[in-house]
Amino acid sequence: MKKQVLAAAIVFLLVAAAAYGAFFVAPTERTMGPIQRIFYLHVSSAWTGLCAFFICFVANILYVFRRQPQWDWLSISAAEVGLVFTTVVLVSGPIWAHPVWGIWWTWDARLTSTFILWLLYMCFLLLRTLVEEPDRRALFSALFGIFAFLDVPLVFGSIRWWRTQHPQPVVMGGSGSGLDPTMWKVLFFSWFAMLALMALLLRARYAMEAARGELEMVRHEAEAV
Amino acid sequence: MTSPRFSPTGIRFENIEKRYGGLAALRRIRFEIAAGECVALAGRNGSGKTTLLRIAAGLVRPSSGELTFPSAAGASAGAAPVASKTKTVRAQATAGFVAHATMVYDELTAEENLLLFARLQQTPDAASRVDKLLDEVGLFDRRDSLVRTFSRGMRQRVAIARALLHEPSILLLDEPSTGLDPQGVAWLAATLRQLRDAGCTILMSLHGESEISMLATRAIRLDAGLIVADTRAGAEVRSILTFADA
Amino acid sequence: MSLLSSTTALLGKELRTEFRSRELLTTTVVFILMVIVLFSFTFDPTYNESRRFGPGLLWLAFLFAASLMLQPCFLREQNNDTLSALRLSVSDPFAIFLAKLVANTLFLLFTEVLMLPVFAILYNVPVLRVLPQLLLVFFLGSLGVSIAGTALSAISAQARMRELLLPLLLLPLLTPVLVASTQVTVGLLDASPYLEWKGVGFLVVFDVIFLTALWLFGEYLLEE
Repeated sequence: MKKQVLAAAIVFLLVAAAAYGAFFVAPTERTMGPIQRIFYLHVSSAWTGLCAFFICFVANILYVFRRQPQWDWLSISAAEVGLVFTTVVLVSGPIWAHPVWGIWWTWDARLTSTFILWLLYMCFLLLRTLVEEPDRRALFSALFGIFAFLDVPLVFGSIRWWRTQHPQPVVMGGSGSGLDPTMWKVLFFSWFAMLALMALLLRARYAMEAARGELEMVRHEAEAV
Repeated sequence: MTSPRFSPTGIRFENIEKRYGGLAALRRIRFEIAAGECVALAGRNGSGKTTLLRIAAGLVRPSSGELTFPSAAGASAGAAPVASKTKTVRAQATAGFVAHATMVYDELTAEENLLLFARLQQTPDAASRVDKLLDEVGLFDRRDSLVRTFSRGMRQRVAIARALLHEPSILLLDEPSTGLDPQGVAWLAATLRQLRDAGCTILMSLHGESEISMLATRAIRLDAGLIVADTRAGAEVRSILTFADA
Repeated sequence: MSLLSSTTALLGKELRTEFRSRELLTTTVVFILMVIVLFSFTFDPTYNESRRFGPGLLWLAFLFAASLMLQPCFLREQNNDTLSALRLSVSDPFAIFLAKLVANTLFLLFTEVLMLPVFAILYNVPVLRVLPQLLLVFFLGSLGVSIAGTALSAISAQARMRELLLPLLLLPLLTPVLVASTQVTVGLLDASPYLEWKGVGFLVVFDVIFLTALWLFGEYLLEE
């Protein structure tokens, strides 16, 4: 228990430090002003969400070949955590876009792709509620998860290509384009903090799922006697 | 029926378990069927008979445990498992499976069905094998009719023909006499007797006594996924099968 | 090669079954027709707008139709448990998928080609001069739809709410196909038509990736 409180405290400090960095350390962006600072949250959440989905992908593959329930628990936990971070991206995008462009949603390539990503993993969760038998639910969601993750680069690639045909206002102006070195440092630190947060959330969610799974296994054994 | 040449093969279940989420369909299943034995599997609905047969057929993976098909030559210890939790080697090379469902296409003719499965199984000389089987099950005249037009008994015959296409040395049957009229039952019993006498290993699940159950030299009773009785003694075999099935 | 012969045998079965009842083809054709007509009520096509909206609406119609047409794919095999018979007989379970996805691609292509003149008339777009290229993009797009759809219909056949589940799973997954196919079609129907090779490339990549994934993981989709 103590270890978990300590871990949570560390993560809290990291996030607080990242926020401080975003608001006070990073220089103000020239054209967009203070609202641009949400960029550090937006981009680091996007990268973290993708990391979580990657963990989900690996867990899916391992489940299909090993059939150990732990991988299923990790898969659902990672998918949910990834979805949380992706939601942050989708919410912070419009919050940024509105003061700058006057519209809530631009069909910017990255934002659109993130929306599809969000939909894909929502479908992943929905699929799980629609298959009743636990072993089959685990197998089918693992297989769909594999297909979904393989689709991710294709979604991002095809939508970006589409957008080069029909350019739209780019939210967050390409993160690679002329970032001040201090901004890079703040960005990477924010990402690090987000990853720590992701690890914390993942661990907590996994523990919940593991508890549920183990309760079921104990119940089986009780029945078998 | 011409007597096929079988390479006698047994079936060994080693600690087979199957769980469907919270439900244990099979628990600690451990027994061996000798090559050429004819075993009847009895038990109430839901006792696990179908699951056991489907695991033996290679359609279902056990949650744990192993299934092997030891050959009569006694290479038991070295035989690779046919089914285990992490893989299923298809048993089709050895076992034929007749289920409660017919497992044939209604929209194809009897001949088309058998030709399809023969080609998939790469049966040598498929066309003549199919003709021969159709003749043996008495459906040669109806070979060009859609299975949809067949009676239950006729469909069962197509199902049996399908299972026998590759001359399996093990035959698995899941309540094969369901829905058959007395003639159908008699025909099935005669067919199974010929196969048994030719050395085919038979494992079949049954309800109650019938001409078919008379063929069994051993009976195993399942209850809630556990084996509760296993006997070769004639009188007991009869009693296991006639024991009230709810 | 046993995969090839198994696939051919199964493909023969799929085609024969469909041509005997023709229920899948007729309903799909009518559905696409209906969607295209309804779209033209909603978006009154003047000459310029039809070039802009037409391809997108066409591919949307194809996608919606496909997500309905693909449902019976594995559902049918639950009738009489024929899927178990296939699993027992076939040496490579990938043959089952290959046969079905080839059949589905052919069915989709058939309905798309049938719809093309209707679309050309209603939207007043010149298709004859780019017919081979259109057929290419129809083929690649339909292949992508079939690969993903056949795989997912194996899942939806065993789940609840399956009528809704297949479109739900399929549509986000097929976004790249929709985007790429539409863009290529836009290029082909332009006043000075051009073949957008990048789009074609995308479709090929999509098809290859998902076909490989299906090959690697297909047998697990069939598990009981």
